[in-house]
Amino acid sequence: MPVKKVNNFMETLPQNIFSGFVVSLIALPLGLGLALASEAPPISGIIAAVVGGIIVSIFGGSKVTITGPGNGLVVVLLTSITTLGGGDLQLGYMYTLAAIVCSGVIMILLGFLRLGILSDFFPSTAIQGMLAAIGVGIFAKQFHVMLGNTHEDGGLVELLIEIPKTIQHFITTNDHNFFYAGIAGLVSLAIMVFHAKIRNKYFQLIPAPMWIVFFAVGMSYYYQLVLKQEHPIDEEWLIRIPEDVFSSLAFPNFNIIYKFEFLAAVVSITLIASIESLLSIKAVDLLDPLKRRSNVNRDLKALGLATMVSGFLGGLNVVTVIARSSVNVNNNATNRTSNFFHAVFLLVFLLLFQKQLHMIPMSALAAILVYTGYRLAAPSNLLSVSRVGKDQLIIFIITLLTTIFTSLIMGILAGILATFIAHVMMNKDIVLFFRNILKPNVLMFKETDGSYYVSVKSFSSFLNFFRLKNKLNLIPETENVVVDFSRCRFVDNTVMENMNTYVEKFEAKYGNLEVVGLDLHGTETTHPFASRRMIQRSLKTKGFSLTKRQTNLEIVAKDFGWKYIPYTEESIGLMSEFTYFKTRQIQATKNLLQNKNDTLFDVVFTEGAFIARQLIRSTMFHITMEHQIPEFTLDKEGLFEFVKQYTEFSDIEIPNHSDFDKRFYLSGTNKEEVLKFFTDDVILFLESNNYYHIESNKQGLLIFKKERLASVKEVKAMIDFGLRFEKLIKEKYARA
Amino acid sequence: MQEFNKILVGAAFSPNLKVNIFQACRFATFFDAKLYVVHIGSSDESKLRQLNEIVKDFNFTGEIEFVFKEGKPIEVLSYICEENQIDLLILGAQQRENIFKHYIGTVAKKLTRKVKCSVLLLRNQSKVEFVKKHIVVNGLESESSENTIATAFYTAKGLSSKKITIVEEIANEGLKVDDDRSLRKATINYERKTHQEDLRIKKIIANISEEYQKGIEVKLQSIFGRSGYAIGHYARVVRADLLVMDIPKKSGIFQKFMMDDLDFILSELPTDVLIVK
Repeated sequence: MPVKKVNNFMETLPQNIFSGFVVSLIALPLGLGLALASEAPPISGIIAAVVGGIIVSIFGGSKVTITGPGNGLVVVLLTSITTLGGGDLQLGYMYTLAAIVCSGVIMILLGFLRLGILSDFFPSTAIQGMLAAIGVGIFAKQFHVMLGNTHEDGGLVELLIEIPKTIQHFITTNDHNFFYAGIAGLVSLAIMVFHAKIRNKYFQLIPAPMWIVFFAVGMSYYYQLVLKQEHPIDEEWLIRIPEDVFSSLAFPNFNIIYKFEFLAAVVSITLIASIESLLSIKAVDLLDPLKRRSNVNRDLKALGLATMVSGFLGGLNVVTVIARSSVNVNNNATNRTSNFFHAVFLLVFLLLFQKQLHMIPMSALAAILVYTGYRLAAPSNLLSVSRVGKDQLIIFIITLLTTIFTSLIMGILAGILATFIAHVMMNKDIVLFFRNILKPNVLMFKETDGSYYVSVKSFSSFLNFFRLKNKLNLIPETENVVVDFSRCRFVDNTVMENMNTYVEKFEAKYGNLEVVGLDLHGTETTHPFASRRMIQRSLKTKGFSLTKRQTNLEIVAKDFGWKYIPYTEESIGLMSEFTYFKTRQIQATKNLLQNKNDTLFDVVFTEGAFIARQLIRSTMFHITMEHQIPEFTLDKEGLFEFVKQYTEFSDIEIPNHSDFDKRFYLSGTNKEEVLKFFTDDVILFLESNNYYHIESNKQGLLIFKKERLASVKEVKAMIDFGLRFEKLIKEKYARA
Repeated sequence: MQEFNKILVGAAFSPNLKVNIFQACRFATFFDAKLYVVHIGSSDESKLRQLNEIVKDFNFTGEIEFVFKEGKPIEVLSYICEENQIDLLILGAQQRENIFKHYIGTVAKKLTRKVKCSVLLLRNQSKVEFVKKHIVVNGLESESSENTIATAFYTAKGLSSKKITIVEEIANEGLKVDDDRSLRKATINYERKTHQEDLRIKKIIANISEEYQKGIEVKLQSIFGRSGYAIGHYARVVRADLLVMDIPKKSGIFQKFMMDDLDFILSELPTDVLIVK
């Protein structure tokens, strides 16, 4: 095993080195840009990427992620650098470095306390609102820089208002610095926007940010060597990198560690760094072609350590970044070495091309960030959120505006509060949440056939999703799982979204996870992630959109060429003629898959009127027989035990098939006919197939397996079994 | 194993009176036990007559004693239990304690903790008899689990149940899953734990006399979840008719303030619950 591992490692090393190289091409301009956007020295972004790449690749727990300075932190770091020093940027930067070191310590603690689960407590819409606000923040500031105006300061709102002024200034200015810097910015922005649209293999080989660097450096050389002129943009508009990187490192200043503003900065930095990292890790896990699980707690520790070291050396926070990680995956990275080499290449670039890096105008780097900021805050995000539900749109806007006008922490808190209020209003019930929030609401067990059954009750939302997640994480993705929400009165969009992720994860490893029991839950919109709330009233189609299971059943019906009817008011066949339903009362039948003689359906029933206990749901298959067959029940687990109450039924043992008798309980009203019916081929068929309960009421057969809803996979198996059994009996009667 | 030779039922003159007495009579008949009907309050001819009529209605043929005593319900009931060496106390519980019924729930809770005998909490208040087909037992390892399981078999025999499911709860502790490797470890660990638990339970069952095991299907089921709470959820999912469990000891100051298994079960009462002591 170890030999193979080493071989494998050596085999994939070249592709990992290459991938690390490509990523470093993006990381270089982005690192410089992110640092500039935070009003920190440009080198600090590179320090974070180098330190992060080396430390996290050694100690981390995820496989193909890339670490370095992150988008999300720009706004927080900018605020802390500009405010902590009371206007003195250098001092503010040193205080911020101290805050970064502290946040590193906290992240290590979070890792040890196994709080990698933290990100699950944030409603997904609130997080999207917060990210959009960060996008607005980056955009507002960098737009000015992109057009050559490096002196625009002030709050976010002011910056936004000043945008037209800067545009006007750019057009009317006589200052060549201003003009050329603005041109460089606009060309860079054009590169960012059109890079993805140019379908040329060789052009695509180099990522857009690196083209910008080439353009900027090329422009500079063009002026110097071809036109023999001065660079049209003064030093002040170009990025500054210290001549000797190692001697001019800045160090943290811990003098104001006790102050409230400092602590607030630490909390903000830690919060955003953790959320950004955890969300990125989660997203990258889905991209990983080998579908490995990342150890998030270990990653948190590594990121914390890297952040501490980076802070001490004058670098920014280290977080896991999604965009660079996905480039990494696209370039066939297979393990953490690519992250390591991305750091190495960055260091090499820094040492070799120091002179060239000096030639890059700040406006060019700002263009990269304008593009990033726009992508985060694009109106299309608003649209996609509103598709999930109007309430989500409101939550999104509340979070966005609160973040813009106050701070990130206030914003996310407002988002959480708004989400909770929306849930309470939607359910018109606050007791449901308060009564159950602290109670464990998830039960998991392995059924006798080896599949996992997970039952969730009361409600399932971002407040208690971690309980469900903890259980689901215990199941290897190669298994069969049914997650049953039928005891859950409310399921929110965060949970729906996460369940979808789980479905994908299980699919990727050839397991199967299915969500059942949501058919009785109404939704506001038809979006698959829309929150679902139990509706007690009639089963009319209004207020319901098809669940994933239902759409899948529809597909199954299509495959078989059958009809699919999601809701029906009529009852199926003569169900009450079956002994199983003699004492049980059918409340509703749903999700019909219908063909000529065959119907598969979900049935909701209670166990007899006087017992009046809870509703039971099951999936059954009914076959109308063309010939009259004897009345019988065939069963294994004693489900039909009560049949013995009906005196006309008697146990039947089939001679010479002791094995069959041991495994099945067969009973019927007319022993001779039943014995004639159960010929050797029928017995062989039953013995060699999966076990089902089978019952005959002379005109038809009722086949089912469990007293719970079947997953789509189980439905297919059940139909297959039923059809083959039907065919066997038909042939039998045709012969006779 | 605990036998139920003396059964006590409290009689409050509420609309539920008849149902409660009927249930108690039924249990006393099943186990051939002496029934004590206790009313907290002054002795009164009409009350006694009413009780006698109900018992007659049921056709109760066993030994029966009516006790009238004034005082605080909890103290009086636990005193009588002790004095008469009662084996089983039957309490009719409300399915869900909302604000109006909370008082009853609190009394039942306190009594359950205080008395030294076993307690049967009836959730399904029905005059019509129905069979307790399926009994779920908490097989969680404790000093008294042997007794609990044995009592479950004894009860199953008395109630002519068809099936006993012994539930072993696999706690999350020691099953920390972070990545693929720890998941593999945890899965193996889980299999091993399940196997160990199965062996332990099978050993306990082996010590139970054949007589009690005859005609009963026994199933072992391991579940994941918070100890005590998940078993209630499980009982509900499989629609068990009776849940048998022992009372866990509260150790340590911290745990005194935490909800324990019993609190969970009592606050939701998934089905009828027999608490074995």
